[in-house]
Amino acid sequence: MVGGRRLSLTWVGAVPFLGYVAIFLFLPAAIIVAGAFASEGGLTLSNFANLSRPYIVSAIVGSVILSAVTAVAGAVLGALLTYAIATGNPRSTFRRVVTSACGVLAQFGGVTLAFAFIAFIGPASAIYVYLSQHHLDYYASGVWLFDLRGLEVVYLYFQIPLMVLIFLPAVDGIKPQWREATDSLGGSTWTYWRYVAGPLLAPAFLGSTLLLFANSLSAYATAAALINQGGPILPLQISNAITSEVGLHEPGFAKAQAVVLILIVAIVSVLYAVLQRRTARWLQ
Amino acid sequence: MSRSRRAKLRVFRVVTFVLFGVFFAGPIWFMFEFSTRGIGENSPRTLDAWKAVATYPDLVAGIVASLELAVITSIGVLVVLVPTMVWVRLRLPRLRRVIESISLLPLTIPAIVLVVGFAPMYQWLGTNFSDSILTLSLAYAILVLPYAYRALDAGLAAIDVKTLSEAARSLGASWPVVMWRVIVPNISSALLNAGLLSVALVLGEYTIANNLLYPNLQVEIVSLGRTNAGTSIAVAVASLLFAFVLLVALSFVGGQRGARRRTRERLVQTFGRDFSGGTR
Repeated sequence: MVGGRRLSLTWVGAVPFLGYVAIFLFLPAAIIVAGAFASEGGLTLSNFANLSRPYIVSAIVGSVILSAVTAVAGAVLGALLTYAIATGNPRSTFRRVVTSACGVLAQFGGVTLAFAFIAFIGPASAIYVYLSQHHLDYYASGVWLFDLRGLEVVYLYFQIPLMVLIFLPAVDGIKPQWREATDSLGGSTWTYWRYVAGPLLAPAFLGSTLLLFANSLSAYATAAALINQGGPILPLQISNAITSEVGLHEPGFAKAQAVVLILIVAIVSVLYAVLQRRTARWLQ
Repeated sequence: MSRSRRAKLRVFRVVTFVLFGVFFAGPIWFMFEFSTRGIGENSPRTLDAWKAVATYPDLVAGIVASLELAVITSIGVLVVLVPTMVWVRLRLPRLRRVIESISLLPLTIPAIVLVVGFAPMYQWLGTNFSDSILTLSLAYAILVLPYAYRALDAGLAAIDVKTLSEAARSLGASWPVVMWRVIVPNISSALLNAGLLSVALVLGEYTIANNLLYPNLQVEIVSLGRTNAGTSIAVAVASLLFAFVLLVALSFVGGQRGARRRTRERLVQTFGRDFSGGTR
């Protein structure tokens, strides 16, 4: 049955799939890595040296700050929402609706999201027109919606639901008996959060924050649709380097930036995996 | 729980849900408001922005291209993935982990990174074969691969592939017949799931199309947004509604309740693990 010829034929069944991913997944990856180190006729690190250009450094810093702010704010606000959801009836329709909405909103983003916020709080929006007529001009010192500060607000729209999705299982794992035990031993609400629930939730919370960080780091479309000028974050600079005239003269430059981005994402996801394992130990 | 603590908790929950509700419903509501706004202050609600969609040929072309891409991509990814996954379950169980990790790999690579690798490939493709926008579906199949894989894996786990195909084979069916008349009808809801997810993802895709300079729906929405915000927001609303209808349809398809819940849990897991930027 399992003769040598037979065996070799069964492998043929996986060839179309493997061939396809080899060309459209592994080849682009190889092009990036090889291109980042290649120059006219040899290996070079000059593409990486070019990363020290001031606008690239400021884009990397901008990306990291944007991701850190939206990860921390998203994690804290998301944790509040998660707690509000978890303290309700676990089988209620309301909870099911809220969690499904989070599933959709965590995926929401890009062009549509950018336009939604322009219509919501942008300079031509009904809210702004009303508030500015009533002495609450929140754009008095400039329209911040279209720069980094705007992105910090807009990104929360997908960061908070993502936090709910990944943090809810951990919060659900907290048993009401632990609270009762704390109460019967004379512990206050503070004691409970400081010594019982807090330490238990900390790894899950930190892990989720890291995931949010990576999530915001990788986002491109929302920023591209919202920001018209300059490239204050790394994904926008990568895009410039692919499409602009200047960028086309230095094909290795975009690839070096891409390598940097994927390195940061990889480090963050390894940390996330470590924390996730720690959470899984008691979350059974 | 003491009464005062319960009362405090109730206040906390109501306040939280109201505030978050405003933040999440507001942008979507005001998008509608914006797209039906008349010219000038105090003018009545109008659908002019919606009617104007047809007067922008570039926009119409973008809509058509994105719909075609959605169909081609979802069919293409199913044609490659379904036979492979069935074959691996039957004959190559050792490869299953490999196929799974390859399929989920695109989740961890940001689309903006992937497009850097695609750029020279598409340049070559454009000069040597075709520069049609429909070639984008080759790249899109990679983007939707993890979602399609998860949906199909849930479907295949719910049926006994081995017994079904052995029964069919012993009754004299050829492999194509086993595939088309035995496996496919049994995982129809998983196929639909995978297809709908792919369609939703392709219709929202911007990163790859924009950077490879192909004008799909989202690229056209952005470029129109610079001149006529009303109409471009109207189209954005329409594409959002369409994706929402797809996702609602997705939560209703599925066989038994148990299988459906499992599928949904897996989808939530997929979404939860996703930080590739997806359509973002």
